Amino acid sequence: MNIVVLVKQVPDSGAERTLSRTDHTLDRAGAELVLDEINERAAEEALRLKETADAHITVVSMGPDSALDAIRKVLAMGADRGIHICDDRLHGADLLTTAKVLAAAVRTVADVDLVLAGDAATDGGASAVPAVVADLLALPQVTHVRQLDVDAGRVRALRETENGQTTLDAPLPALVSVTEKINEPRYPSFKGIMAAKKKPVDTVGLDDLLPDADGFLVSRTRVVEAVPRPPRAAGTRIADDGSAGRQLAAYLIAQKLV
Amino acid sequence: MSGAKPMKDPLDLLDLASTLTDEEREIQATVAKFLADRVRPHIGEWFENAHFARELAPELGKLGVLGMHLDGYGCAGTNAVSYGLACLELEAADSGFRSFVSVQGSLSMFSIWKWGSEEQKQEWLPRLAAGEAIGCFGLTEPDFGSNPSGMRTRAVRDGADWILNGSKMWITNGGIADVATVWAQTEDGIRGFLVPRGTPGFTTQDIKQKMSLRASITSELYFDNVRLPDSARLPLAEGLRGPLSCLNEARFGILFGAVGAARDSIQAAIEYADSRVQFDKPISAFQLTQKKLADMSVSVGNAALLAVHLGRLKDQHRIRPEQISVGKLNNVREAIAIARECRTILGANGISLEYSPLRHANNLESVLTYEGTSEMHTLVVGQAITGQAAFR
Repeated sequence: MNIVVLVKQVPDSGAERTLSRTDHTLDRAGAELVLDEINERAAEEALRLKETADAHITVVSMGPDSALDAIRKVLAMGADRGIHICDDRLHGADLLTTAKVLAAAVRTVADVDLVLAGDAATDGGASAVPAVVADLLALPQVTHVRQLDVDAGRVRALRETENGQTTLDAPLPALVSVTEKINEPRYPSFKGIMAAKKKPVDTVGLDDLLPDADGFLVSRTRVVEAVPRPPRAAGTRIADDGSAGRQLAAYLIAQKLV
Repeated sequence: MSGAKPMKDPLDLLDLASTLTDEEREIQATVAKFLADRVRPHIGEWFENAHFARELAPELGKLGVLGMHLDGYGCAGTNAVSYGLACLELEAADSGFRSFVSVQGSLSMFSIWKWGSEEQKQEWLPRLAAGEAIGCFGLTEPDFGSNPSGMRTRAVRDGADWILNGSKMWITNGGIADVATVWAQTEDGIRGFLVPRGTPGFTTQDIKQKMSLRASITSELYFDNVRLPDSARLPLAEGLRGPLSCLNEARFGILFGAVGAARDSIQAAIEYADSRVQFDKPISAFQLTQKKLADMSVSVGNAALLAVHLGRLKDQHRIRPEQISVGKLNNVREAIAIARECRTILGANGISLEYSPLRHANNLESVLTYEGTSEMHTLVVGQAITGQAAFR
């Protein structure tokens, strides 16, 4: 089975994140960059499938030079090879462009059975790239998955959204995006870390993937202004003089929270 | 002046990371992450309750920590610097945890890996590397610490077998070990034996009421007419060189580990000093506190550079025992001074187990003494530079 895992390197969500002053894209220079934690779970799911079936895992990431670290991390966890899409012209790519480029990279992998991705990145959070990639590749898409079985040429998945749970079934090849509840990713072992150095990573650019992309539109939107979030205002204090319960209920009703 | 971001890690002051390879940094970061997830949330409680979390041994094995610098038999085969960095992170969590790993990898496993027969290696190393079995190392006796050559534990021939009698003291992992590497006098000098748990006549008793290394197990081992086949003897070990070679491996891990305990203490002190307000400003803004933090950061940086330097020498197979003595002497001495100084920054809160410095200081009391006391390492350095042995 050939599995492709799509991963993204993002700024550590535990640290302070800033936007560049010039074009309002993410300031990578000042951030601690890590493998996105939901993508890491997509990679873990691929590795679990590899434990029970003969599988070859290709990890694909689009990003600047530093994104190689995210690829190496997945290789250290046990993936087999990497594709690093690295091209200055992709700086600030919007989700449609990102999806087109990722889909083109997946097409370079022969006989793909399963594409795995996180259901959202912790930085952009649009949560649409997996669906667009599936559409471009004409694959069945099974998104927001918290439990996955692959057997006899089909995926069976428990899909979980705010609205509830559904069990979905699709034939391979398919694209599956996972939620952060699907598993606990393993730590890369020391042997894995040492072996990762020797695993192949192909670096490709826009000309390799989309040679006919004349007048390529990186982003259809432009951020004209960004302002820092204002500091949190002081909350409403309710002193309990015996009517706190009623006041609290009134507040929740006014906010349409109940 | 204000506005500059405070440095979270005092080792960043000298950019220690720039002296490391990507692989070394990744191994260090992986150990740090594991400990942050699995050990740090509980370590205060484990220390208080004198609990060793044995269930973590297989997880450490899976990661590749146990015997990580050894080749083959399921061991990861990393370089020495990576092993040191893992010890640094382990001891930043707790010296007891680092002690467990040191004894498992550098004393138990190394003694078998270096001096054992192929059968002994096949039997024990893969299980010890996986953390499925636990090992210990018996050299020190109640009356013989710095002078192990006077040991009273004795093995005598009885036909094809050996009969072992005596006792060993201050043995980390002793009470839970599946196999003990035991050093004994014989007619032909000191020899090593592998004694499996459950061998008739072999018993252990854990040492209670410790004020140090409470999150690890320390035991006494007793041998009462223990009959062992000759295949239990480590065939390649002859004389004191056998155990001393193992101690050099463990001391190497300690000289990195001490840096970790010191770093963690300083981090706790900086964080506390930034949030503790007296006379309307954080105590980190007072000159006396800054002098403490600056001196300690200089000292821990020097210790870290020394450790990495010795690691590079070890990776080039050029390290000498007296150089390891320099590292252990300096780094443990500095670490215990730092941990105690950090406690003063924490004020009364510093005596609570909620903060790490006093726990580190208490642990380092053991580290200062075991694996060669600071006095013995001083005299080893003295001998190296004068040519005269002052300890005999």
